[in-house]
Amino acid sequence: MELQEFVKKFAEQFDDTDPDEITATTSYKNLEEWSSLTALVIISFVKTEYGKAVTGAELRSQDTVEDLYNFIESK
Amino acid sequence: MITGPFSLSGKVVFITGASSGIGRSIAVECSKLGAQLIITGRNAERLEETMSMLTGNGHISHVLDLNDADAILGFINNIPGLDGIVYCAGIQKTSPTRYIKRADIDEVFETNFFSNVSLNGLMAEKKKLNKGASIVFISSTAAGIVAENGNAMYSASKGAITSFAKVLALELSPKKVRVNCVLPAMIRTPLLENISVDEEQLAQDEKRYPFGYGAPEDVAYAVIYLLSDAAKWVTGTNLLLDGGLTLR
Repeated sequence: MELQEFVKKFAEQFDDTDPDEITATTSYKNLEEWSSLTALVIISFVKTEYGKAVTGAELRSQDTVEDLYNFIESK
Repeated sequence: MITGPFSLSGKVVFITGASSGIGRSIAVECSKLGAQLIITGRNAERLEETMSMLTGNGHISHVLDLNDADAILGFINNIPGLDGIVYCAGIQKTSPTRYIKRADIDEVFETNFFSNVSLNGLMAEKKKLNKGASIVFISSTAAGIVAENGNAMYSASKGAITSFAKVLALELSPKKVRVNCVLPAMIRTPLLENISVDEEQLAQDEKRYPFGYGAPEDVAYAVIYLLSDAAKWVTGTNLLLDGGLTLR
């Protein structure tokens, strides 16, 4: 999994956020569309695409999209 | 000998999913009120743990995978007539609707709906229901009452079983067999560990409940009522157990 590919797919999980607005350095929890439901969607996305289980708490513990990428890679 | 309308003395009660959580609590509380129990579950060790917690003698435990048709048939042929059945086996799987896959739906429905329905059909076919028996399904407020993000598959399966129970109640009414559902909201059980939430989220969620989350025995007491002669006029009902969640 490449970082750029992850960022692109991560951005695709959002419906009302312009994909260009999401980059590796985006603090995803500050996105206007971020909610408990989008968190659930990201958990499912990571599970489906990468076969890795992340929890809500782990998702909250990371800051940028790249941080999340690194965290998932390390699992 | 326990007496009174809520007594289960002299009643043979069959409970599925008795190896943990709500099912275990139902078994324990029913035994205190004098029921003779037949309990099943998938995990032998935990099922024996439940057995060791029961009051009274003569209880039977049997490790049973409710998705194994041959095993179920062999089991049913060897049990006595039943005065009560509690369908408690259930699983939880969380996914936002856009990520729901057919395999996940199948898994949830297999345990929460199909296995219960098939088992119930066999009970009737093998004439295991005594006259005046009481059947209780553990449904959920998820069955069309309260929506939670990610809970669609579980909700659908519980909605299906709740609707099924209504028709079963009608069909069994000539035999004076009663069929009811209990619909608990959030209960603190090991099942909670399988869903994608953590303690912080749970604590926040619990604030929506005037009485807080429920305990397994809160469900058990409601089930005891429905199994007992105190509920002899009650059939086809959905008993809401929600600690006040849906008051507003």
